[in-house]
Amino acid sequence: MNLQFLVQLLVNGLVVGTLYGVVAMSFVLIYKATQVVNFAQGELLLIGAWVCWALLTRYQVPFWAGMPLTLVFMFVFGIAIQVVILRPMIGEPIISVIMVTIGLSTVFQASLKWIFGVNPQPFPRVFTSQSVNLLGLQIQTVYIMSLVVSVAMMIGMAWFFRVSKYGLAMRATAFDQQVAQSLGISVKNVFAMAWAISASVSAVAGVVVAVVNGVSSGLSAYGIKVFPAAILGGLDSIGGAVLGGIIIGLLENIAQYIDSEYLHWGNLYEIAPFYVLVIILMIKPYGLFGTHDIERV
Amino acid sequence: MAGPSLIPSGDYRTTYAADTTIFPTKASRNAAIAGIVLICFAPLAFSEYWLSILIQIGIFAIAALGLNILVGFTGQISIGHAAFFLFGAFTSAYISNTLPIPVFFAIPLAGVITALVGLIFGIPAARLKGLYLVIATLAAQYILLDFFSRADWFSGGAAPASANPFSIFGYVFRGDRQYFYVVLTYLVVSYLLVTNLMRTRDGRALVAIRDHYLSAEIMGINLTKYRTLSFGLAAFFAGIAGALYAHYQLVVSNEGFGIERSIIFLAMVIIGGTGSIMGTLMGTAFVVLLPESMEWISAGLKGSAIDKALSLNNNITFLREIAIGLIIIAFLMFEPDGLAHRWRQIKTYWKLYPFSH
Repeated sequence: MNLQFLVQLLVNGLVVGTLYGVVAMSFVLIYKATQVVNFAQGELLLIGAWVCWALLTRYQVPFWAGMPLTLVFMFVFGIAIQVVILRPMIGEPIISVIMVTIGLSTVFQASLKWIFGVNPQPFPRVFTSQSVNLLGLQIQTVYIMSLVVSVAMMIGMAWFFRVSKYGLAMRATAFDQQVAQSLGISVKNVFAMAWAISASVSAVAGVVVAVVNGVSSGLSAYGIKVFPAAILGGLDSIGGAVLGGIIIGLLENIAQYIDSEYLHWGNLYEIAPFYVLVIILMIKPYGLFGTHDIERV
Repeated sequence: MAGPSLIPSGDYRTTYAADTTIFPTKASRNAAIAGIVLICFAPLAFSEYWLSILIQIGIFAIAALGLNILVGFTGQISIGHAAFFLFGAFTSAYISNTLPIPVFFAIPLAGVITALVGLIFGIPAARLKGLYLVIATLAAQYILLDFFSRADWFSGGAAPASANPFSIFGYVFRGDRQYFYVVLTYLVVSYLLVTNLMRTRDGRALVAIRDHYLSAEIMGINLTKYRTLSFGLAAFFAGIAGALYAHYQLVVSNEGFGIERSIIFLAMVIIGGTGSIMGTLMGTAFVVLLPESMEWISAGLKGSAIDKALSLNNNITFLREIAIGLIIIAFLMFEPDGLAHRWRQIKTYWKLYPFSH
């Protein structure tokens, strides 16, 4: 029993898990508002990270200006995807829409490799101090930063949905599109907004991951990890997505602990979430907090 | 997803037998037979390069046909097809290497074993619909690939597994020119099989599930049974195609069979036309020829200003992926019924050619 190692991994899991939670939250946001399963969520993360990286290193923009510029870019980009690609697909079968987002993810992934190359790039130093000692544990400052940013985004999202007018409009649209429309909500705008917010939030998560680990196309793996997280939490529950993300993050690291201490299979870390995914789908397909789909004939 | 159910006016069929014929007219049957006979002479006429493309089209068309049973006929969706393809390849290589079974029997056996694995994955999948199913097959893709990289006894682990060349009763097929006939035989047989399947009770049950699964269930169709069955069938053809691929390449490795390959299989089905058997062949040809044609174009542009500005030749792999993604999106947006629909339109246009209206 290597307690020090276990605690370190659990902290890791918590940090990565909150990031999964943030990405899963933005995934669920799109699903809830527009009924689109976005297979290109990881690529949105990647685009955000690369754009910020390009601004900071190629154009020498300082971080305080580069980050808002990235967010603005992703906001516009999200609207553009919705308007150009997904708006014409409204009313098509769900399978077609899923396949369109799969196509989008292929295009983004390959275009980014074309533009920025395949080699991982280090992110410019944003913070100076390396690590702090917390209760005998060495924790890197970037991890604390990442945790703070993730929690801040979750709180921001909660505020947005509880209090703001747009958030209310979005919840109304998610509840019933026709009723929302009859009350004067522009469903078109809500759809575009959902994509814009989701893209920006993903971009923040992307930049956070990039600050910690550098930018590489491997970042889009977060988009795949979203599925276990979102399914575990229930596909249409934002709170569930956050919780699911944290659980998956912790689980990955526990799997790594068990693997390196006892089993020595190697690589269990990466594959464990998918086994969990299959098990959840078999016993509780609507997740912890998802709405049960009841069909009356 | 509209099926091939658009029947033009003026088509008076009065019996069920006439409605379920494979070929609607004698001329179309003769044309199909003539086409197969003609393609038999391909090894004499084409160069090695073209033959290898034809063989690839043939092999992938069988796998795409399996996926079309799932996507086009049953309305399920799978993004784990490449994993089943690879499973077939490894199984056939394993069987023919370790057991005293000739390759001729190893290929169908690999198909059957892959079908069993497909059924195992299909049982939980049968309970799920739409996007839950997509996610389940995504998990299947990752789990199977992880298994291949782990199971040294089965797939050689990190090192690629070797496969024996195709042989029948001691006669060994060597080179593309001879292997072409093997692929052609399998292609024709599997396309005939699936065409016939769609004429049967089971085939109609699958289509009914696609069109409206609740009504289908009320009519007494066992949803779980048929959904699982379609998974098994899809895996069967993927396994056959994978086995053919293994004995064509003579080595099998994990390389290149990730999620991207599953997406390429989906692209073949979408571009060809979901729910169209001949469309699958067209779609496969399109998807195989697209990267090749891009290679020709970029080779033609080599050294020119455009090439230097965009560094096309260095990035051809990414450009291929971009093209495939864009084509999927474009077809879904502008031609959701695929090439098969376009082909039907061209035929109707020429049918009435000088007097089109």
